[in-house]
Amino acid sequence: MTDNVHTGNVPTGSIPDERPPSNTVGPVAWLRNNLFNTWYNALLTILIAWLLFKAIPPLLDWLIFSANSFGTPPQVCRQEGGACWTFVSEKLRFVMFGTFPYDEQWRPLITIVIIIALVLASCDRRFWKPWLALVWIAGLSAVGVLMWGGVLGLTYVENTLWGGLPLTLMLSVVGLSVAFPVSVLLALGRRSQLPAIRVISVTYIELIRGVPLISLLFMASVMFPLFLPTGVNFDKLLRAQIAFIMFAAAYMAEAIRGGLQAIPKGQYEAADALGLNYWQAMGKIILPQALAISIPPLVNTFISFFKDTSLVIIIGLYDLLGTAKAALSDPAWRGFYREAYLFIGVIYWVFCYSMSKYSQKLERDLRRGHRR
Amino acid sequence: MASETRDTARPSAPGGVSFSLSDPTVRAVFYQVLVVGIVIAVGWFLIHNTLDNLSKRSIATGFGFLDREASFGIGESLIDYHPRDSYGRAFLVGVLNTLKVSIIGVVLATVLGTLIGVARLSSNWLIAKLASTYVEIVRNIPPLLQLFFWYALVSESMPPVRQALNPIPGVFLSQRGLFVPVPSADPVWGTMGFALAIGVIAVIFLRRWSKARQERTGQPFPIGTASLGLLIGLPLVAYLVGGAPTALDVPKLQGFNFVGGVVITPEFFAILVGLVVYTAAFIAEVVRSGILAVNWGQTEAARALGIDSGKTLRLVVLPQALRVIVPPLTSQYLNLTKNSSLALAIGYPDLVSIANTTLNQTGQAIEGVTMIMGTYLVISLGISIFMNWYNKRIALVER
Repeated sequence: MTDNVHTGNVPTGSIPDERPPSNTVGPVAWLRNNLFNTWYNALLTILIAWLLFKAIPPLLDWLIFSANSFGTPPQVCRQEGGACWTFVSEKLRFVMFGTFPYDEQWRPLITIVIIIALVLASCDRRFWKPWLALVWIAGLSAVGVLMWGGVLGLTYVENTLWGGLPLTLMLSVVGLSVAFPVSVLLALGRRSQLPAIRVISVTYIELIRGVPLISLLFMASVMFPLFLPTGVNFDKLLRAQIAFIMFAAAYMAEAIRGGLQAIPKGQYEAADALGLNYWQAMGKIILPQALAISIPPLVNTFISFFKDTSLVIIIGLYDLLGTAKAALSDPAWRGFYREAYLFIGVIYWVFCYSMSKYSQKLERDLRRGHRR
Repeated sequence: MASETRDTARPSAPGGVSFSLSDPTVRAVFYQVLVVGIVIAVGWFLIHNTLDNLSKRSIATGFGFLDREASFGIGESLIDYHPRDSYGRAFLVGVLNTLKVSIIGVVLATVLGTLIGVARLSSNWLIAKLASTYVEIVRNIPPLLQLFFWYALVSESMPPVRQALNPIPGVFLSQRGLFVPVPSADPVWGTMGFALAIGVIAVIFLRRWSKARQERTGQPFPIGTASLGLLIGLPLVAYLVGGAPTALDVPKLQGFNFVGGVVITPEFFAILVGLVVYTAAFIAEVVRSGILAVNWGQTEAARALGIDSGKTLRLVVLPQALRVIVPPLTSQYLNLTKNSSLALAIGYPDLVSIANTTLNQTGQAIEGVTMIMGTYLVISLGISIFMNWYNKRIALVER
């Protein structure tokens, strides 16, 4: 009896749960909330669905279904329509490695692997230690040995023969690593209390940021030879690299300045109170904090810098875009620009997209660190 | 300065000035003199070498070459140009072409970018996903590659001139570009422009008057309709009074190309579409973050006050979002202008490509590069000044 006191005449056993109305959960509700919530959204949804229905089948057809398999000669490709992936398989090694001697192309391949490994290792926050700089120096030296050769039994390869993806990666990675210390100095100079140093830094940064990269590349290709004493000469690649370093330093300095400005004044005062001199205060207190904040904008700068390396085609170097264009100028393969640009577009996209995802993740992580 | 507190406490040497490096004032002067000295030394070294090299190659310095005959043709120009004209005029043609593609590009990129930015925030899942796919694809591919693609698309997929497509009578599409008929020259077009100018001035005064009246009496004035009526009505009246000419200048095939009408060349098309598509992706992100930056409570407050959704957007959300949007938008405009120099790679005659031809022909490398950089600096400065002025106008006015 005592068991039933509180239950009154409620029947024992439970009533089976009602299913929620079908218009509040499940796919129908999702459709109602996300695609047909107002009359104009319904109209837009139908319009876009119709456009996609019209556009996607022909695109897939060209990409996959009527695409010509590897090995189809270009004449057949031209008649059949559809993508001609033979172009990519035929020109793959030229597009990737340029005119690097055919039998030695394992060397640029290892170069690509080393550079990607260096960048991936630097993405991990556990490795943000001083010895990472040494790893970079070692890695880049290995890249230099592999590409030039001339030692360890490797045949010497002139840098005019370099091209393709290794050139793109080297221009951006070497540019970045040399420009980084310069940009730190420029950013500090811009925030310095010494007027002459501040004026010089500001002038440099604003001049470089005010002109297009092409004009710097022009300067490198036509004016640098005039700047040097007679008899001294840099090759084209080095000149382009210097232009890139000058360019990257100015943009990265602005990213770092943002980080410096975010450091509260108390940090500077605390460093003063401890009796540290300028370089000790910067090196031990300000920069470690400022650089950590500036990493997301620095990665974004690096992405645009990576895309901008494609401009070297204008002064006659063959980076990834340059080799693709050169491959297209082969009379037998003229006209397959869609395949060529799609192929290298995907390569560029994979690099840039993963970097931008990384930068977003890092930004979230850093913000989490600030939360108490 | 870091060690100021420690060092200023030290008494200076008896007898006046101390030249010890531990005195911060002395040290500041010393370092600045050192850095300026290094900069001047490097500069002098470079200039000395340059002058030396120039005299060895017997290249004259100075801008005297600008008066010489250019003797190269330019594909398209806003002003009359002939190969017999001077290098100076050729350069001017280039500057105008750069300005043309930049101004049209900025306007179109702003429109497209705003649409896509708003679309990314749409409650419609399909639209939002489509917009973010666009942004993620376009942002992560080098602009030069996109430019090459657009150019190849026009120049390789279009039929040759003789088999030009003719979708609408008078409109021809071929490898040489898109030829469109335009109304023939007539004095009435000038009168219409004048009427439009009067309309603009009238609208400005009307807006002032209506705002003053609304503040005085609280009665709103249908300013939108009235402005639209003035801006369309006045030129229309001028057109009708001028005899309503309907003659068209239709492009005709003559020899190897079309003559008459207005042409959109493949080069111009490629550079414009490339710049607009690329920059719009960045502007979309700027617009999106600007709108997200406005607190949702602002919209709710406006609704609670009974303001309708159009006015909420126009009077409450947008003015606040613009404050966040304008500074990054300025740098996108600057980027678009600077990226227009990529035109060189596909043969659109912008200022870089003309300066490049000039410096190849004359060997005046330093002057050529200086002119390119100088012009871009002036353009960048102009855009910055204008956008800073606009930014000040819309910035939050605090006590």
